[in-house]
Amino acid sequence: MLTVLLILFPFISALIVFFTKGRLARNLALTFSVFEFIIALVAFVLFTHNPNLSILCFNHTWVQSLGISFSVSINGLSLLMILLTTFLVPLIILSSFNNLQELSSKFYGLILLMQMALVGVFAANDGFLFYVFWELALIPIYFICMLWGGENRAKITFKFFIYTLFGSLFMLVGLIYLYNHSGINGLKSWAIQDLYQAGRALNLDQQTAVFWLIFIAFAIKMPIFPFHTWQPNTYVNAPTQGTMLLAGIMLKMGTFGVIKWLLPIVPLALDKWGSAAIALSVIGIVYASCIAIAQKDFKRLIAYSSIAHVGLISAGILSANQQGVQGAIMQMLAHGVNVVGLFFIADILLRHTGTNEINKLGGIRNINPNFAVLFLIILLGSVALPLTNGFVGEFLLINGVYQFSPIAAAFAGLTVILGAVYMLRSYQQIMLGENKDSSFGVLARSEKLILVIICIVVIGLGVYPKPLNDIAEQASKDILINIK
Amino acid sequence: MKGLLIISGLGILAMLAEIFKFKKLLLPIVLLGIIAAFALNFLEWQTRLDISYFDNMISFDKLAIAFSGIILLTAFFWFILANNYFDKSSSLVDHFALVLFALVGALMLTAFKNMTTLFLGIEIMSIPLYVLAASKKEDLKSNEAGFKYLIMGSFASGFLLFGIALIYGACGTFDIMKMRMFIENNASQLPLFFYVGVVLILIALLFKVSAAPFHFWAPDVYEGSPTLITALMSTIVKTAAFAAIFRLFSIGFGSISEVWTSALALIIAASLIIANFSAAMQSNVKRMLAFSSISHAGFMLMVILANIRTNISLDAIIYYSLAYSIGSISAFGILYNVSRKGNEDISAFNGLSKNNPLIALCMTLAMFSLAGIPITAGFFAKYFVFTTLIGTPYKWLLILAIITSAVGAYYYFKIVIAMYFNKSEDDAPLNIENSNKFVIIISTILILAIGIFPSFVSEIFKF
Repeated sequence: MLTVLLILFPFISALIVFFTKGRLARNLALTFSVFEFIIALVAFVLFTHNPNLSILCFNHTWVQSLGISFSVSINGLSLLMILLTTFLVPLIILSSFNNLQELSSKFYGLILLMQMALVGVFAANDGFLFYVFWELALIPIYFICMLWGGENRAKITFKFFIYTLFGSLFMLVGLIYLYNHSGINGLKSWAIQDLYQAGRALNLDQQTAVFWLIFIAFAIKMPIFPFHTWQPNTYVNAPTQGTMLLAGIMLKMGTFGVIKWLLPIVPLALDKWGSAAIALSVIGIVYASCIAIAQKDFKRLIAYSSIAHVGLISAGILSANQQGVQGAIMQMLAHGVNVVGLFFIADILLRHTGTNEINKLGGIRNINPNFAVLFLIILLGSVALPLTNGFVGEFLLINGVYQFSPIAAAFAGLTVILGAVYMLRSYQQIMLGENKDSSFGVLARSEKLILVIICIVVIGLGVYPKPLNDIAEQASKDILINIK
Repeated sequence: MKGLLIISGLGILAMLAEIFKFKKLLLPIVLLGIIAAFALNFLEWQTRLDISYFDNMISFDKLAIAFSGIILLTAFFWFILANNYFDKSSSLVDHFALVLFALVGALMLTAFKNMTTLFLGIEIMSIPLYVLAASKKEDLKSNEAGFKYLIMGSFASGFLLFGIALIYGACGTFDIMKMRMFIENNASQLPLFFYVGVVLILIALLFKVSAAPFHFWAPDVYEGSPTLITALMSTIVKTAAFAAIFRLFSIGFGSISEVWTSALALIIAASLIIANFSAAMQSNVKRMLAFSSISHAGFMLMVILANIRTNISLDAIIYYSLAYSIGSISAFGILYNVSRKGNEDISAFNGLSKNNPLIALCMTLAMFSLAGIPITAGFFAKYFVFTTLIGTPYKWLLILAIITSAVGAYYYFKIVIAMYFNKSEDDAPLNIENSNKFVIIISTILILAIGIFPSFVSEIFKF
């Protein structure tokens, strides 16, 4: 029941927010999302005491004749993802408080709807339900990008939408194929365990087809080279909150999907084609890092760095070993927090100085040393310095990829070096040196609050990742048990 | 059967309305009649009457009742929408009578058991529509539409008649069940002209559902006809023609399916590609919806192509017809109101979210449904098609359907963008008459309801 509440609560709050106006809307949205986070924390506490509580599961038949049920539950993996989602959404809503023009209630309503769909994706235990939530998540973000995006939004958002819809439909076919092979005595079922069984009973050729059909959807969402072309433009053109939702949470739908909905279904195909998919991921890492180095626009730089990071995550998952998957889960959490922080910093820079171009910025540390420190912490988290949250995941990931193939690990490891290059260099140019523009000024209270919260998480999870790491370890074991 | 009789009676009654001066009462009478027909239809379902009439010319079995239910529901909505449209014109009575007669033809097409009834149904349905397409007498485009429809339609009828004659020559019967038995018994020694006949009939019926490459009339006719007549053509006519194809080819020619399936597969592929890519280029919404209806025709044909004798494909085609009819009637109803000022381009929808947020929301959901986005009815419709097709050798068609679906989303979303994103030239709020609002809202609710509870439909239409 608690899981249903987690899905329904944002939906109800979205409806309420839709019908309010002006400042009330945004304050309500913030309050509701904080409440949602508290509910998620309650779920977390309950889960750590007893992972098999019946209150965390819900199962009700939806379409009996087709074997579809509304089945949601919280296990380790989905709990972590839901925590990430519910933690980030309040921050994202708060980050809009200093926008120059006031945003309408529709904006906040859409964010909350998005949250509903995201939690649904992470909690769904029924293939069909998963697909429905997966598609539902696309609609609010489409409108957010479309209505509040920058210039050229129409064309860019279209590309994004068509790209992802395309991927989703392929996934639907893959899932239907599994569904058609599921069940006994002609009773087909969409339940995840039945789909797992159906997948594993297929022969190599069939598994290969299913693997690529489903993988394309996830690869587009993450995005992995060569399906990434929608991403940089969309990230740059979307409103900051939209970018945060896309990079912070939506991207995780892809990686989450690979872990829960691909690895356990097609072990044979993974043996054969996993290396090809890893190769794509690793190419993406190097390729995106190199482009990031050449970027002049800070927001675009973060977009490319995100491709690099997600490439490493996906390589780790596809190597299908304990360290790889566990590291991927940890890195998903860390990357979600860090990338939201970085995009928020880009937003602050844009609002305070009017530009995101690295060359035009400089010497902001002289004006606002507090901001410089906070920026530095988030940035170090992003380059995965030890004792920051990025380190645990990245270490495990490279370890996992190394077990799969040392050569792949060597290339994947480049992300650490190249990441440090473009991140530190952009920091140097933006924050250090001479003042190029003295108009930066002081940070608003809410801006400071967001940055401080993110920095606390960056350091806190870096120093003491154990509670989350334990859950991630157990979750990855549960997944891998299905493969071996 | 009683439903068919009631509708025929209504048609004659409508013609008398002018003479006996009860024009004002006509609409309520017609609506009540349709409700009565629907109810009797439903009762026939409950009592499982499977009687055939007129020496086995026509018989309302489950399939026929399901399809006529969809047609009557759509007609009910249509008459409410049409209420104020014909108010001003003096020819209200003629219009109503013509539509009712077209409806009779449509109902016959769902239930025919004999080739003559098939031909009669097609003609009874088409001839009123030729007139209706040209019913905006002073409009050049409307005249062009009527003329084109008439000439092309007559050609198709010719093909149909020729095909029927050839098949009669080979089998010696018009009765579909007897024909089927004859084919099964003499599978190896059917003459060549029998197959020619099958192909000719297929062409004629595909013309009616405007599948490519027999679709060239559709955009012009759809654009030129009055919007509500276009709505009629893209819902009731399509559903009826589909019922006819489904019955004739899955029952009549089911045992020689290898003759027509590969041709049908190519036609579907052509429909999907041509329709979706052409629709993406259109700026006129009616033309766009015309092409979109071709693409939906492709989807429905896919179900016929898939294993034709399973229950799931029966569910699939009925669900698809229902979802498509409701989505279209809602979309056309809104288009009709939005384009009152004479602008039928996508730009007519500019700023609708400000001028009338409720209608904009309804239009969004209708577009979502036609594009097949969950949780609308259109999504489950597509889902059923995919499920039926995945077990067949036509997987390449499935991939093609996916690619063209993505293209489809592109042009449906153009309207959504125009409503929410573009600014309108004048900020005058759009007022919609209550009756029209009623239809639009009810159909939107239906889109969501059968989208969320698809089992509802398949439970009702359990065979």
